[in-house]
Amino acid sequence: MSSSRDDIILEVKDLKMYFPVTRGLLRRKVADVKAVDGVSFKIRRGETLGLVGESGCGKTTVGRCVIRLYQPTGGKILFEGEDITTQPERKLRHLRRKMSLIFQDPYSSLDPRQSAASIVGEPLKVHQMVTSQKEYNERVEKLFRTVGLDPSMGDRYPHEFSGGQRQRIGVARALACEPSLIVCDEPISALDVSIQAQIINLLEELQEGLKGLTYIFIAHDLSVVKHISDRIAVMYLGRIVEITRPRELYENPLHPYTKALLSAVPVPDPYIEETRERIILKGEVPSPINPPSGCSFHVRCFMAIPECSKVVPPLRDVGNGHEVACIRV
Amino acid sequence: MGRLLEVKNLKTQFKTEGGLVKAVDDVSYYIDEQEIVGVVGESGCGKSVSQLSVMRLINSPGKIVGGQIIFEGQDLLKYEANGPEMRSIRGAKIAMIFQEPMTSLNPVLTIGRQLTEMLELHLGMRRNEARKRAAELLSLVGIPSAESRLDDYPHQFSGGMRQRVMIAMGLSCNPKMLIADEPTTALDVTTQAQLLELMKAMVERFRSSLVIVTHNLGVVARYAQRIYIMYAGRIVESGYCKDIFRRPRHPYTIGLLKCVPRLDEEEGRKLVPIKGLPPNLINMPPTCAFLPRCPYAVEQCRKEPWPELRLVGNQQYIRCYVNTEERIQ
Repeated sequence: MSSSRDDIILEVKDLKMYFPVTRGLLRRKVADVKAVDGVSFKIRRGETLGLVGESGCGKTTVGRCVIRLYQPTGGKILFEGEDITTQPERKLRHLRRKMSLIFQDPYSSLDPRQSAASIVGEPLKVHQMVTSQKEYNERVEKLFRTVGLDPSMGDRYPHEFSGGQRQRIGVARALACEPSLIVCDEPISALDVSIQAQIINLLEELQEGLKGLTYIFIAHDLSVVKHISDRIAVMYLGRIVEITRPRELYENPLHPYTKALLSAVPVPDPYIEETRERIILKGEVPSPINPPSGCSFHVRCFMAIPECSKVVPPLRDVGNGHEVACIRV
Repeated sequence: MGRLLEVKNLKTQFKTEGGLVKAVDDVSYYIDEQEIVGVVGESGCGKSVSQLSVMRLINSPGKIVGGQIIFEGQDLLKYEANGPEMRSIRGAKIAMIFQEPMTSLNPVLTIGRQLTEMLELHLGMRRNEARKRAAELLSLVGIPSAESRLDDYPHQFSGGMRQRVMIAMGLSCNPKMLIADEPTTALDVTTQAQLLELMKAMVERFRSSLVIVTHNLGVVARYAQRIYIMYAGRIVESGYCKDIFRRPRHPYTIGLLKCVPRLDEEEGRKLVPIKGLPPNLINMPPTCAFLPRCPYAVEQCRKEPWPELRLVGNQQYIRCYVNTEERIQ
């Protein structure tokens, strides 16, 4: 793997996204929800980065900042070498041709009054990527085939499709503008078990077919993230606590939260389950409005020492591209 | 251990505008005392409806049209759904925990009132006595300062805490059997683990049986001794978890295990999706409902009706003509 700078498609530096909490008639700001609080990572072209964590950890917010659906409070986002953090709205259209998003809920993310073909074809029109109706039709048909849908179903409306088929329409729409980065935000969690694998395989096949397609794959299910990702970032209360390759994460998790998260996911094999270590965390995820001092995990951590409440542990490389944010490791 | 519940040839149907939905079609199973059993399947397979039938909580347009539900020697279907016999069993001897802890608690009654209501009604306790017992139950399920929280309303509890309240309510009358219908699906991974461990500890303490209804195979592998797998309103495979997860025999079970990502899988493992979609339960053909999706199907499957369950191993039953083990080799 070459290490040239061009290989890095996306670099996020110390990203912060605070949402104000307001009160009263004048909407006086009383606090911030620190949804993302100092997140940094790089993604190489063609790679899949998994973002995993529990609800409220900021994984979706990171995805939405990257695609500039939010204006970040602080930090930098470099996409293909270009600083996109503060680009004005008028320049974003050009940017959003190169990035797209697949949403969690295939029921609410498709316009019920638009036919499937016009949903898939809309990005082609918005970005003026076709010159004639004929070309438009051909492109839409090709997109349908790419995601395993029959192009003759283009005239149907979203409610006529099953959940899995709808998610295929969502994937086709995301592919329409030929993006180099797709943010997949929980793309399978609303689907039935037997349908999930179809979408996972589709995403994997697309990446093999379209060289250089990069994914940020956001999910709460660690086994799914481990399956699809080249690297995994584990998030807790707005920060990345550990980032490494899937196998290393499974075999040698270092952060106590990662260990707990892994042990919480059961394996479908009763013999293995009999011998697996179980770490049951105490309490629940604290509010991101007023997170605990120092390492925000220390209040639930089984390895915490007094220092943990004083310093925010930086993410540091412990070798082999394995980074962890914990002073006890 | 003695037999606690025996369901024989249960049939529950819903009359809809589109036709008759056979949600549960000729389902037979049993639960022994102090046993943990998993009921697994995808949405619409009848797993919840079968459990609601046992509780006699099927409302119009649904109707139990046949079968027997023998609980502690008495056939529950002989009683009126809202008659005195069922009311003395439901909640007291058979209790249920529902999926949505947000909606299954009454928002306008305090937690304490909801708990004491059951104790007063079923166990004939006086107010003070019931209140004391309610506080004990809350602290038993891990709610801090239980005594003072009795006067709180459900919205003052987090999702995980509400589900703990549900567990306390479920166990309040020391039931013989606790049915947990997707008890942790709406919750975060580490909270899920906390609650499942709690439930396991509680049913051991109260010497109850536990039925876990879920689509998560891992949860069943971790907690249950036996498993029933449902598809399109019928049980397609049943047996001990240790046998079924290692040697699944029904094509649907085999398919399910091949299509879910697992934490301990080898890198580069390809998921094998089950092709097609779960069937529409209206106007089902007499042949096997899994036939259109089955990679093992033979001529007999197309000609003859869905077979009865047959024994293929140590207490392992499948509803299938094909000897899948030979076909795999």
